[in-house]
Amino acid sequence: MVRATVRWLASSAALLVVVTALTFVLTSIAPGDAATAILSSQSGSYTPEQVERMRHLLGEDQPLWARYGAWLADLARGSLGTDLFSGQPVTEIIAARLLPSMSLVVGTVLVATLVGTWLGAVSARRGGFVGRLVDVVSLLGFAVPSFWLALVLIELFAVRWRLFPPGGYVDPRDDLGGWLATMTLPVVTLSAGAIAFIAKQTRDAMSDVLAQEYITMLRARGLSERSIVYKHALRNAAIPVVTMLGLTLVSLLSGAVVIEGIFFIPGLGERAVVATGDHNLPVITGIAFCFTLVVVTTNLIVDLAYRALNPRVRHS
Amino acid sequence: MKRLGLSPTGLVAAGFLLVVLLASLGAPLLAPYDPEQQDLTAALAGPSAEHWLGTDRLGRDVLSRLMYGGHVTFIAVAEAVAVYVVLGAGLGILAGYLGGWVDRLINGISDLLLALPGIIILLMVLAVFPNNGAATMAALGAMTSPVLLRVTRGVTLAVREELYVRAARLSGLTAGRIMVRHILPRLAGPITVQVFLFAATAVLVQSSLSFLGLATPETVGPSWGNMVAHAAAVTSQDLWLAVPTGGILVLTVLALGLLGDAARARPARRAAPTRAYRPVVPAVTSSPPAVPGPATVNGAAPLLSVRGLTIAVPGPDGPVTVVRDVDFDVAAGECVGLIGESGSGKTMIARSLLGLLPAGGAVTAGHALFRDRSGSTTVDLARLGEREFAAIRGRRIGLVSQEPSSSLDPSFRVGSQLAEVIRRHEPMSRRQARARVLELLATVRLADPERVARQYPHELSGGMAQRVSIALALAGNPALLVADEPTTALDVTVQAEILDLLRDLQARLGMAVLLVTHDWGVLADLGERAVVVYAGQVVEQASVDDIYRDPRHPYTRRLLEANPHRAPVGQGLPTIGGVVPSPTVWWPGCRFEPRCPDATPRCVAGPVPLEPVGGEVGGSANRLVRCVRAEELVRR
Amino acid sequence: MIPERSTPLLSLRNVTVNYGRGRRRLPDAVQDVSLDLTAGETLALVGESGSGKSTVGNVVLGLVPVRAGTVTFAGEDITHATGRRRRELTRHIQPIFQDPYGSLNPVRTIRQTLVEPLLAHERLTAAEQRERVALALSRVGLEPDAADRYPAQFSGGQRQRIAIARALMVSPRLIVCDEPTSALDLSVQAQVLNLLRQLQRELRVSYLFITHDLAIVRHVADRVAVLRRGRIVETGPTEQVYENPREAYTWALIAAAPVPDPEQQRRRRLLTGAAQSGSPGPARPAPAESTSGR
Repeated sequence: MVRATVRWLASSAALLVVVTALTFVLTSIAPGDAATAILSSQSGSYTPEQVERMRHLLGEDQPLWARYGAWLADLARGSLGTDLFSGQPVTEIIAARLLPSMSLVVGTVLVATLVGTWLGAVSARRGGFVGRLVDVVSLLGFAVPSFWLALVLIELFAVRWRLFPPGGYVDPRDDLGGWLATMTLPVVTLSAGAIAFIAKQTRDAMSDVLAQEYITMLRARGLSERSIVYKHALRNAAIPVVTMLGLTLVSLLSGAVVIEGIFFIPGLGERAVVATGDHNLPVITGIAFCFTLVVVTTNLIVDLAYRALNPRVRHS
Repeated sequence: MKRLGLSPTGLVAAGFLLVVLLASLGAPLLAPYDPEQQDLTAALAGPSAEHWLGTDRLGRDVLSRLMYGGHVTFIAVAEAVAVYVVLGAGLGILAGYLGGWVDRLINGISDLLLALPGIIILLMVLAVFPNNGAATMAALGAMTSPVLLRVTRGVTLAVREELYVRAARLSGLTAGRIMVRHILPRLAGPITVQVFLFAATAVLVQSSLSFLGLATPETVGPSWGNMVAHAAAVTSQDLWLAVPTGGILVLTVLALGLLGDAARARPARRAAPTRAYRPVVPAVTSSPPAVPGPATVNGAAPLLSVRGLTIAVPGPDGPVTVVRDVDFDVAAGECVGLIGESGSGKTMIARSLLGLLPAGGAVTAGHALFRDRSGSTTVDLARLGEREFAAIRGRRIGLVSQEPSSSLDPSFRVGSQLAEVIRRHEPMSRRQARARVLELLATVRLADPERVARQYPHELSGGMAQRVSIALALAGNPALLVADEPTTALDVTVQAEILDLLRDLQARLGMAVLLVTHDWGVLADLGERAVVVYAGQVVEQASVDDIYRDPRHPYTRRLLEANPHRAPVGQGLPTIGGVVPSPTVWWPGCRFEPRCPDATPRCVAGPVPLEPVGGEVGGSANRLVRCVRAEELVRR
Repeated sequence: MIPERSTPLLSLRNVTVNYGRGRRRLPDAVQDVSLDLTAGETLALVGESGSGKSTVGNVVLGLVPVRAGTVTFAGEDITHATGRRRRELTRHIQPIFQDPYGSLNPVRTIRQTLVEPLLAHERLTAAEQRERVALALSRVGLEPDAADRYPAQFSGGQRQRIAIARALMVSPRLIVCDEPTSALDLSVQAQVLNLLRQLQRELRVSYLFITHDLAIVRHVADRVAVLRRGRIVETGPTEQVYENPREAYTWALIAAAPVPDPEQQRRRRLLTGAAQSGSPGPARPAPAESTSGR
């Protein structure tokens, strides 16, 4: 147990280092820099001396490894640096934008898992027409681009029928109803693909399980079909599905970036897009760090769940 | 195309993709308009004869722009797929075949790539290489390659462990040759599937980036993504534009996804036995036949009386009858052995009594009259529906099967599984159930029932698991236990204990046992009466003593002679020439005739009935043989 | 040990195999095993699951590494032979496996499978290859046109014959038969066993015959070695071991297998059944039940 924890810590730390170092490298070799971006946003023209001074001010004239070292030192002190443009601490920026992003992503995961597994279980049990229907819905959910679906949904539900707001975000602590209203369309859009994927995985896993000898034996012992499918089969099928959920969440993080942009949700993804264009190194690195933390935590949860579900692994 | 064996959907998808591909690559020649040609007078026009898919805000022809945009898409997909395949398949094969530290290293890299926050990396790559689609697509391919790597590695590992690969290695072939002859052909399919699925993803990612304006902006040229963005800007004025722009994306991704599924769904050529046992409603005969009265055995009505049982399973060209016209009885408390070789149909007979025939299988004729304990009511097992079987299974008829390790749910503890079955058949409190669990485990002679109840199936040895399986079958107090090859998978010493246990249970609980086996030693040990099954028919029925001492049917006789226990040592073993006829070629006469040295033309003149044979003095009554020469062959 | 008529073809001395690696500790799969096999002879390795009999076969085939001891073949120490030497050895040592369905590649014709040993060891023209394949098939009693068909078109017994044909392609001196008839029906089993004996008489090939079925040992083996939990418990000529087992375990093994004769079986039960009463957890000299994974 201790060995496993140490191994997890080591691999997570390695991952964080790789991601943040990669961020540094890529951002600095990208053409342009924050200095010119700031100056051009302030006034149309600027002199090379101004650029030089700005670069020195921002620390952009330091060698790469020194900047990375400084960043790591900051991290040790619990700080993620400051925004090159506004001077605001990156931790504050992230804190402010964390809840909107997590509302979207976690909300999607919950909805997609519940709906997806239920659809998958039903279609595995019924087979036939229902099974094929789920297949078709899965395929469509996978094929429809999220940004296109978002547009259609906004046009119909927000603009024409005025059921939901077309965008924006409301803090749940201020107004729970408003928060739900603004989150509905984005979550629906983002879930579409995830539901399709999870339903298919669940269905495949369930079909595999239902073909096993022990399921026949459970039937031979007189257990009800309901118990067999929803207690025994689902429990065994959950194992492969749970391992897939980790992957799903990582890809959802990516999809969320697009959705945040379309629905004007002030989340981390949206900020990352802007920061990349601005070469705002501390902000990008901070957000990348945050995303990686989410990934690492998810992997841990998935691993724990897998161990809890699979008795064979628990006792090895 | 035909050789690929695609389903109709697959063909349609492939056709569609081909059309789109040709239209996109041939856009400079085929497009009706220049994609940048504006005509502000015809802006945002719907579909018309001049503009099949309408125009956009600047009056540009949508169809032409889609064709040029397709060019962008397919190039991007090609770039991503190239990197994906080279990295994913290449590293996967290396990891799977070489194993050891190479495998560990590659797995480490793979996990790392998989955990990268994809979009962030893509954004940064875009920043580094602005407007260079190739770099971004290559990065996408690289970051997703772990998916293909995992699949490739899995298949390579699996094939490497196949017996025929081991045989090839032991034939002296080098690793390279083995790779080419055995592993690569097996990889073609899975790689194709994953490539299609990834291509679909690549289309979506590329169009997303384009939609966000991060790649291929409209100023450079049309792409499907930026066309959707364009449509988004004008939805208030014209919703139509969203249709072709989104539609082409949906349809292309759909087609790629369908091809991926179609490639996956191709049936494996190896004829693997289907083990999908699902309950089926037995085929109801058109007119209800008169139910024949059960014969009496020793003066009392038998517990189970099977008459004319006929079972069919689905075959490639329609249903195939695998059991025809089977008759036998089981008296209360008696142990009857259904003995036969593989393909005889004995397992089908046993499973049909519980309504557990494999998918699509059904009883097509005959009856299986089962009398319940009190003796008052009789049900016909051959006519029950799923719901009615639920009342029989476990409660009046129990089942124990061959593989103890795979007959228990691996995710639940033994005690929990037992308690569930107990409470299903008899409502009781949890504490009472727990007591009964321990009782049952003691009944099947498990030392330390408390400990076993807490264990998971994978912690049990084969013998213990089989005892648990028997306990589960006994939980509902059934009158009949169907034991389907209960000891075949066990070591010989454990087998002896299990047979002993079954004998003991039979005596103590007054339970009847229908023992399905191919092992004549097991039958001699446990059985009281024997029913010999060959090619879906009963060929002989007698008490166990009679059948070993004086077999009447040529098949039974030859089979016993070929038994290594009975054959004299030193000469070759007696054999039975030929093979068991497959159900698809069964004929009306005696099915053993081609292999029988005593055959005469009479044997195949017509159906041979199962008839009583005069027993020797001292033999028991109720001997039945399906042979026209049964009487004559005795006299020899 | 029987007096050696000639130097044994195969000789194992104090062979120990352990699958544990680094910090993982496992009990020995095979411990201190010694045996001899002379040319043209059949030695049966008998045991239950976990006895190590298959491991010994794998050692001879070079599939598992040996932790201690020596393996000598035709006078040469092959204990740690690797790579190219092992491939050369496959000319002389061939396997037949238990599973007739898994040992032939389902998507390759019989010819493509049978040709593999020839590709590895000889340079033949296509015509010569065809001839050799036809010869091998006829030797095992199959028609030459079988070469162009696929495994799925053959029965289990026929597939085992094809596996035997493959083993014979390069005229080996020793064939390791790992439960070759366990997956076959009784009526077919006899055919395959007779074929193996006949080939031995014709070609003077030796068999290391691995099985759990004591009954067929009497019909195929000259000598038998009984294994239990990785160790050899008893060796000797087959009839002697069968009629007069020296060890309690051998005796228990023989006694436990039921014979196809109800009266005789009843009598045997009485002899061995003294301890088999209805009490839970019977205490008897035979291997007791134990939980796995400890």
